[in-house]
Amino acid sequence: MLEWFTVARWSPYIAGAGIGILIWTTFLLSDRPLGASTAYAKTAGIMESAIFGKRVKSMPYYRLFSPKFDWQWMIVAGVVIGAFISSYLSGTFGLLLVPPLFAESFGANVVLRASVALFGGILMGLGARWAGGCTSGHGISGTLQLSIASWVAAACFFAGGILIAGLMFGFRFI
Amino acid sequence: MAFERLRSNERAQILLGLLTGIVFGFLLQRAGATEYGVILGQLLLTDFTVVKIMLSAILVGMIGVHAMKAAGLIRLHYRSGSIGATVIGGLIFGAGFAILGYCPGTAAGAFGSGALDAAIGMLGITIGAGIFAHLYPALERTVLKRGDFGVETIPELLGIPAHYVVPVVAILIAGFLYLLESMGL
Repeated sequence: MLEWFTVARWSPYIAGAGIGILIWTTFLLSDRPLGASTAYAKTAGIMESAIFGKRVKSMPYYRLFSPKFDWQWMIVAGVVIGAFISSYLSGTFGLLLVPPLFAESFGANVVLRASVALFGGILMGLGARWAGGCTSGHGISGTLQLSIASWVAAACFFAGGILIAGLMFGFRFI
Repeated sequence: MAFERLRSNERAQILLGLLTGIVFGFLLQRAGATEYGVILGQLLLTDFTVVKIMLSAILVGMIGVHAMKAAGLIRLHYRSGSIGATVIGGLIFGAGFAILGYCPGTAAGAFGSGALDAAIGMLGITIGAGIFAHLYPALERTVLKRGDFGVETIPELLGIPAHYVVPVVAILIAGFLYLLESMGL
């Protein structure tokens, strides 16, 4: 039993089923679907309020998603902690600046990887809020509710991702 | 009802959010979904770990959530969609997905397991979300409502009750996963 917590990898089916059950609990105990991207909108609002003051909170978007440290925000904080615990227990924790696959194609330049990650992140944050959710909010929580918007969003996430990944690394599956 | 009291208890919810996030992060990391190579492998269609995690989460989650809904224990929470919001936003997200190599949840998990490029990605996602907050009033007036889908759920679209649709979707997902495995993916 204990080895199970230290083995490097679990089956994706076991982990996936675990996430499915976790979502039962978020609906039952918190009356919410599980999602990650809302927390980033809240962080943006919190940071903007800290710099520009209270008027930020009256912006229409921040009235919909009030910038505060609440359930949504704690999800992402928890993910950092949970992944740390998992990687620490399995001995897979390791500081990394440039992922090996990126380095293979574009070199191990830290500034290049950081710039690409920042640019990709900006597009992702913009797109997630534009579409109303991310890979977890739409891709798992919304699709399992049989929401049409979520199935369309998930299809577009992968369509856009497969196209750009193919342009960056070559269409390897062909 | 006890659940209603818990759901409106803000302090308890903050703790529940943290615990939920910890379990979520643990599962994502342990399944490999927080690795750049695994996520890009999915988008390059050479590694199907991410799709396997997502589809098994959908399969298990769907059955339990619809059963609890039928029993009157929970409410569903989904959003309406449109071409202007869902498709355009989804494609922008997809581009970011490939360029960053993590998504909002897995970036946090990657950071927790030591990937510092994921922390830069999280900063980017926050900036992107902030940009959207500023563009929101203008986008709301122009593109976001274009091409509204009209219906919100698959049962509604088909005119078939959810308790018939859920088993069919479950079988389709299980069949697709079986197909992936039998193709050696």
